[in-house]
Amino acid sequence: MSDLRTHAAEIAEQFSDHLDVGEDEVEERLRNLVDEYRVPVDEARRSVVNSYLEEAGLERDEIGRGGNDEVRLADIDEDEQWIDVTAKVVELWEPRSESIAQVGLLGDESGRTKFVAFETSDLPELEEGAVYRLGNVVTDEYQGNFSVKLNKTTSIEELDEDIEVGDDAVTVEGALVDIQSGSGLIKRCPEDGCTRVLQNGRCSEHGDVEGEFDLRIKGVLDDGEEVYEVIFGRDVTEELTGVTLDEAQQMAMDALDTTVVVEEMREDLLGTYYRVSGPELGRYVLADDVERLTEPADPEAVLIKARSI
Amino acid sequence: MSSNEIPSREVARRVFADEFNDAAFTFKESDDDRAPVYLLLPTGAKANRVFFVGTLTEKDDVGEDNEYWRGRIVDPTGTFFVYAGQYQPEAASMLRELEPPAYVAVVGKPRTYETDDGSVNVSVRPESIQVVDAATRDRWVVETAERTLERIEAFDQEGNEYARMAREEYDLPTDRYKESTVSALESLDESDGDELGLDGGRVDDAAGESERDAHADLQTEP
Repeated sequence: MSDLRTHAAEIAEQFSDHLDVGEDEVEERLRNLVDEYRVPVDEARRSVVNSYLEEAGLERDEIGRGGNDEVRLADIDEDEQWIDVTAKVVELWEPRSESIAQVGLLGDESGRTKFVAFETSDLPELEEGAVYRLGNVVTDEYQGNFSVKLNKTTSIEELDEDIEVGDDAVTVEGALVDIQSGSGLIKRCPEDGCTRVLQNGRCSEHGDVEGEFDLRIKGVLDDGEEVYEVIFGRDVTEELTGVTLDEAQQMAMDALDTTVVVEEMREDLLGTYYRVSGPELGRYVLADDVERLTEPADPEAVLIKARSI
Repeated sequence: MSSNEIPSREVARRVFADEFNDAAFTFKESDDDRAPVYLLLPTGAKANRVFFVGTLTEKDDVGEDNEYWRGRIVDPTGTFFVYAGQYQPEAASMLRELEPPAYVAVVGKPRTYETDDGSVNVSVRPESIQVVDAATRDRWVVETAERTLERIEAFDQEGNEYARMAREEYDLPTDRYKESTVSALESLDESDGDELGLDGGRVDDAAGESERDAHADLQTEP
């Protein structure tokens, strides 16, 4: 519900030069539409903005900045939309192609979204940790995940403020039905900022390297309806299995085989139920928090439903 | 999840043994040789994979030249048969080592085979078998009851193509699965009741009374 408050604050701000509108009033009008009349939030926002526009005798592009809508990252839900965003550069990644100038993660209060800037657009470089107002970026969709692309017409204005980046965490529940290859005791590329997982001692970017040991699990949670791919990093893996990285290395050394580690994990973890929460990245949920579901199941509610069918 | 996301992993259906063993019809949804094979569940769903938890009650090496393990795994409604041989080394070694009775969780693929008398038997080729605790088993029973009821509720909905298929391929009213689901849930209730019974029957009686009331109320609804 604080979501509506955020929208209300934004709308009140938009009209602050034109009307005497308080956040409370805006929020009440939004809430009426959303709660009473079951109007989707976007539509409610549009409708409330329109009525204030009329009240103030303004055209839509006379408020705020003209042109695009300022969109929160988590609200991006359509391909090829021209929008403005205000966001912090959370992370910069190594571009994998020469045509890409910069790639990384943008974040705002609502969540995180990947961004790409192309060499051909010839834009000033964004700095990690800085907050920018990016005008005229275009949304892109790949397999249900949205990103934004910067382009020649994108305006970049660095703002002297900080944004508390939301973690748009999801929570999924189900039985752990598989632990995939690349789990257990793994080796990562030690090159600066690389951390790719080595395959047979090779990094796909840096070739043969002396890898650094790490622990992780790539698992599959399944609730009988949906399949969720989850990644447990070292901390979560250690907590869940009770085996530390040092112990795992010792196990592997004793057995002269690193796969003993993942085998023990399979035995320990497969077939039981977990609740996992964390941010979604691509098709994975990165587990910040994992809980083994051990409380007794309660058949009562289901029994009542069964008898009512 | 968009449909162009390939290859997407097949979900592991939750189904009780009685319904699973009534299934016999398998189909593919594409002509591709490697397209997944689905078992049609009588409550109207396709299953390329299942997940179940039950009690391993017996295991036998039924292989002739090579090891070929058969396990009987019992849930509140019936028995799942799992077969694991040299191509399922992890599951086979698990069956070799396990001492029944034990609660086990199984992820696997449905397999059908026609017997000499022409009837079709259904079994599971396990991808994994793991020992689990009683709480996990109970959780599975409740979850499977929920999923089964959801399928039963959706059975008469327009556009439910797997329900239409089930009507054509099987002549099995979904009522029987509702009944077995109810008794599966009641079996959990009973074991709870026993524990309560140690403390005093009075509490148990009261609970039973209000539950019957709730039941009666629901029945009077149109």
